[in-house]
Amino acid sequence: MKAFEYAAPRTEAEILQVMSAEPGATEVLAGGTDLVGLMKKMLVTPDRVVNIMDVPTLKTIDELPDGSISIGAAVTLDLILDHPYLDVYPAVKQAIRGINSMQLQCQGTLGGEICQRPRCWFYRNGLGLLGTQADQGANQYHAILGNAGPAKFVNSSRIAPALIALDAQVRVIGPGEEDEAWLPVSEFFRTPRHDGQREHVLQPQQVVTHVILPPIAGRTCATYEVRDSEGPDYPLAAASVALRFDGFGIIHEAKVVMGQVAPTPWNSQEAARLLIGHAVDSQRAEQAGLAAVRMASPLSENQYKVQLAKVAVKRAVLLAAGQDPGGF
Amino acid sequence: MPEEYSWPSREASAVIGKVHDRLDGVVKSTGAAKYTYDVNLKNQLIAVAYGSPYAHCKIKSLDVSGAEKTPGVVHVEVLPQGKKDTEIEWEGELLAVVAAESEAAAREGVSKIKITVEELDVFADESNLTAAEVAGRTGKGGGKAETVNEPGDDDDEDEFVEKELQRLFDESKYVLEGEYGIDAITHCCLEPHGATVQWKDGKLEAYLSTQNVSGTDEGFARDLELTADDVHVQCEYIGGGFGSKFAPDYWGIAAARISKATGRPVKLMLQRDQELKLGGSRPSGYIKVRLGADENGVVQVWDSLQWGSSGFRGGGVSHSVIPYVLVPPNYRRVSTTIKSNTANARAWRAPNHPQACAMSQTALDDLAAKMGADSYDVFLANLVNATNGKAEVYRAEMEVGAKLIDWKAKWHPHGKGPSRGAIVDGLGMGLHTWGGTANTSSCLLKIYPDGGVESFCGTQDLGTGTRTVCAQVLAETLGLEVGQVKVNIGSSRYPNSGASGGSTTVGAVCESHRRAGQDAVAKVFDLAARELGVDASVLEAVGGQIRDSANHQKRISWRKACSLIGLKPLEVTSNYRRGDESPLTDSGVGGVQMAHVEVDKETGVIKIKKFVAVQDQGLVINPKTCKSQIYGAVIMGIAAALYEQRVTDPQSGKFVNAELSDYKLARLGDVGEIVVELYEPDSERIRGVIGNGEPPAISPKAAIANAVANALGVRVPTIPMTPKRVLDALAKA
Amino acid sequence: MTDSKQKSAPKSGFSRRAFLRGSGAVAAATALQTQAAVAVDDQGPNVVRGETSLTLNVNGQDVNVSCEPRTTLLDVLRYHLDLTGAKPVSLDGSSGASTVLIDGKPVMASTTLAMTAVGKEIKTVESLGGEQPDEVVKAFVEHDAQQCGFCTPGFVVAVRAFLDKNPDATEAEVRAGLNGNICRCGTYANIVEAALAVVKGG
Repeated sequence: MKAFEYAAPRTEAEILQVMSAEPGATEVLAGGTDLVGLMKKMLVTPDRVVNIMDVPTLKTIDELPDGSISIGAAVTLDLILDHPYLDVYPAVKQAIRGINSMQLQCQGTLGGEICQRPRCWFYRNGLGLLGTQADQGANQYHAILGNAGPAKFVNSSRIAPALIALDAQVRVIGPGEEDEAWLPVSEFFRTPRHDGQREHVLQPQQVVTHVILPPIAGRTCATYEVRDSEGPDYPLAAASVALRFDGFGIIHEAKVVMGQVAPTPWNSQEAARLLIGHAVDSQRAEQAGLAAVRMASPLSENQYKVQLAKVAVKRAVLLAAGQDPGGF
Repeated sequence: MPEEYSWPSREASAVIGKVHDRLDGVVKSTGAAKYTYDVNLKNQLIAVAYGSPYAHCKIKSLDVSGAEKTPGVVHVEVLPQGKKDTEIEWEGELLAVVAAESEAAAREGVSKIKITVEELDVFADESNLTAAEVAGRTGKGGGKAETVNEPGDDDDEDEFVEKELQRLFDESKYVLEGEYGIDAITHCCLEPHGATVQWKDGKLEAYLSTQNVSGTDEGFARDLELTADDVHVQCEYIGGGFGSKFAPDYWGIAAARISKATGRPVKLMLQRDQELKLGGSRPSGYIKVRLGADENGVVQVWDSLQWGSSGFRGGGVSHSVIPYVLVPPNYRRVSTTIKSNTANARAWRAPNHPQACAMSQTALDDLAAKMGADSYDVFLANLVNATNGKAEVYRAEMEVGAKLIDWKAKWHPHGKGPSRGAIVDGLGMGLHTWGGTANTSSCLLKIYPDGGVESFCGTQDLGTGTRTVCAQVLAETLGLEVGQVKVNIGSSRYPNSGASGGSTTVGAVCESHRRAGQDAVAKVFDLAARELGVDASVLEAVGGQIRDSANHQKRISWRKACSLIGLKPLEVTSNYRRGDESPLTDSGVGGVQMAHVEVDKETGVIKIKKFVAVQDQGLVINPKTCKSQIYGAVIMGIAAALYEQRVTDPQSGKFVNAELSDYKLARLGDVGEIVVELYEPDSERIRGVIGNGEPPAISPKAAIANAVANALGVRVPTIPMTPKRVLDALAKA
Repeated sequence: MTDSKQKSAPKSGFSRRAFLRGSGAVAAATALQTQAAVAVDDQGPNVVRGETSLTLNVNGQDVNVSCEPRTTLLDVLRYHLDLTGAKPVSLDGSSGASTVLIDGKPVMASTTLAMTAVGKEIKTVESLGGEQPDEVVKAFVEHDAQQCGFCTPGFVVAVRAFLDKNPDATEAEVRAGLNGNICRCGTYANIVEAALAVVKGG
């Protein structure tokens, strides 16, 4: 690890005082489950680490007047899992449960989970995040969608697809001390085109403080991850789905978001369109899955992920409709 | 001296064959046990090594000045292979070592090292024989042919074999062709390789993570131009070895050199990725098989071509164990080695056997599928081909296993079982053999005049329960409780005991400790006999007493008997030399394993429902630790069957998943229900002790692969059976 | 986000002040207790550079250690306090071998910076030993839930934490709940038995 300065602000204002405008100079530390390992490997080498875990306002789960639920970026995942406010968002809890490690759940935070760096093993081995090595190399876990540019990695967040399916927003503060912004989680991620860009839209002096889930308001939702083992390993493909049914079992609103398939969480309007106006049965769910991967462009070693993404969508739809997903 | 060393009968045994808690259980469970990594010497430096980022290159320059200037860095040692013009043949090969005041500083120093190289061609696609040939990376790996009919004097041998095999295939009722494979995996010891060393006054004190305590002092001495008496190796506890920790290794030597240069103790443990890259791997193996069987499914002819790699020097799986255990009267097996830019393999539990089993018993199961027969019946029929004389043992073990897994009720023809949604289930089996002969071992036994008993032996505990076994054997022999015996192991200053490799440790320490016990107690009997006025030959040591076996009233307590020893302790050193005939130990075990799996056909995800392991190992000393060995081997096998895989990027030769988050091992929730049955009828018990650490790690891959094939009706040919491979196999079918 | 002065507040019309106020249910965060060599900007938060002395509460005792911002809790435990039960197995915490309890919760000491643990209760596996070992330790011994033992301390702490939260865990829950740790020797079957024995005995 490179030597760095350490700051532990106690308020949002203090956070902004210690953030540097220079890209890469400051890193925000929450649970540390990702950042500390990256720093040990010298893949991330900040001059200063800003620990946001001592900022009380970032550590609460609150119900807002309109029924939205606000979750602080420094709230650990186990608290979300145990919190009754989140019972109505099974898609979120299923995603957290899938992490399957008490330690990661108790240590990891919501902010850290959505800001974690890609698991891409070329990146983690110091070969850089963007580039051509994933074109023909060991790309079995890489992207099958949105991979035409230099980014072949997949976004690693397991919770973001659920947040996007549920129309959640993030609250961001900075760069100025009075600046704040809300933006849909769906707009938070981006596919970097060059090394100067991160996998999200934050500027160096901006920090995620909260995630706000709008009221569930009659929607049902689910996350399905294809995981090859019971360990905390990342899923091979995943999907989160939110559906609104009318009184006759017909879907009239649908969001289908895949995870682990593209450099960002992948919102499939094609799949959603196929669901709207129909009741859910396994055939319809399968068609939604097919639609979700119709544009897939697998790399040399990851054709199989097309099938897995399709199944993840199908099973998430069935789960959200309260039906048997028909597999593990 | 006793006339003959022997074990007490089952009935007469008070301690042997009885469950006993692991003696070091509490210290291991509370963090009190000190492993090499845990030994902190005063004023020590922490060293981190720098490995080659290139898999194949010639070094042009290695600039360590940045490392030397890093705050906290005290010493930078460039290793011989870090010198200019050295050809580096695999990624991660260590080139320099940075020693610093803290691990963080050392790691920062390492990051400042700059290398320039001439890149050379990389080949790492070990499974691809054609590509290896094109790249000029193949070599002759040997082979053998056997036919019942012998060639005539004028026949060309190769031509004869070719024709004879063809004739036999033509005669066969069933002919099966298949391709199978198993990727390279790593030892992945949780405690990485490494040492904490202190060079002082021309002597080396080395705390080394090793499965070879008695042999590594010489290893250090040779490379450091010392004599072995100037080296003291200690290893009280070792965090995994699995066949990869027999030597000080060049990084251990480097640590010693840095200690000499700086005058400070040095701790150098491999980083996690280095442990996976360099700490040891198991060769890959791939095979094309053609076999012919008669109407009963008994294989009569086998023809195979295999290839694989042990790294840059070639190697691969030995053809000598192909086909595995069940060898038909006619066969030809040919192997090609592949030179890959990956680190040299090291012995991995039961070397060659797991791959051989996975590459040949899968073919046998495919034969059953082709015949539409029950796999159990086909394995049973082929026991006539067992080459190790264990056909009857296998038959009995298969019966036991079948009952435990409910084979008859649960078996269905391949691919014809019921499905629950996308989930199908299946059964499969495999069987194995292994030597497990006792290694050389000496034990120094001290019996003190106050009755205290202490043993010294330069062996080690890999998790086997070595201490517990030693104590049980001595307690049994001296008629004492296990807690009355103090066992000392883990120092090269103790009497020599062989390396723990090849499932040889329990046999070894049983030999040396039983012998020492019997030799010592005979001397105590002599003293007690005079006191009791009986002949020493009638005495026995039971329940803390020395007594006349015919007249139990004639007795004295152990303590009293020991007081007759005099002022100095009674010391006995007894030896066993590997290979000597002995009534205490034997060689050659078998085992049968059966798996019940579920497969999700839409995702290719496999889950273990139940796994049964029936294992013989002669006389069991401690059923609890013995069973633990089998559980462990099976779980390792499950990991290798489903998850474990060294992924080498074909372009760069980088071992890209050399971190535990990417190198997938089984977790607690992955292993299903495991049932272990110790097969120990009198006919086995009478053979004495045989090691069982490795053999149960052999069959799981074949058993699970066969169960998956039974579930799907399609063979997933290459292990590990990842979802990708399962789906690819289904798509092909 | 290129445009910083934002845009659309959420529909709730919920204000920045609501956040700054918080829910009011949170205790004030503990200020980092450091001395010497620390540059403290009076106008703002503490910024710590270089070797710093700090106080950690480990196994019920306050201990003073001197370390850098980059020093992990695991390094402090192992190198400064010689508490070597928690093990360094992976750089990224994926093995669970460095599991300790911080304020009662299982976390990885290997990915926790020591400075972030100031003011918290740190418990290591060593606290489960002593004259009267914890019942989890006893169950591990009785059910032989260990082989080489290198992963065992991390597993013992994980099982303790899991059972503290799930004292009546079923076998299925045990199998689902203890996947954050890796054992290479393959002691899982016996760990399940040990954990269930504690449930039954408790």
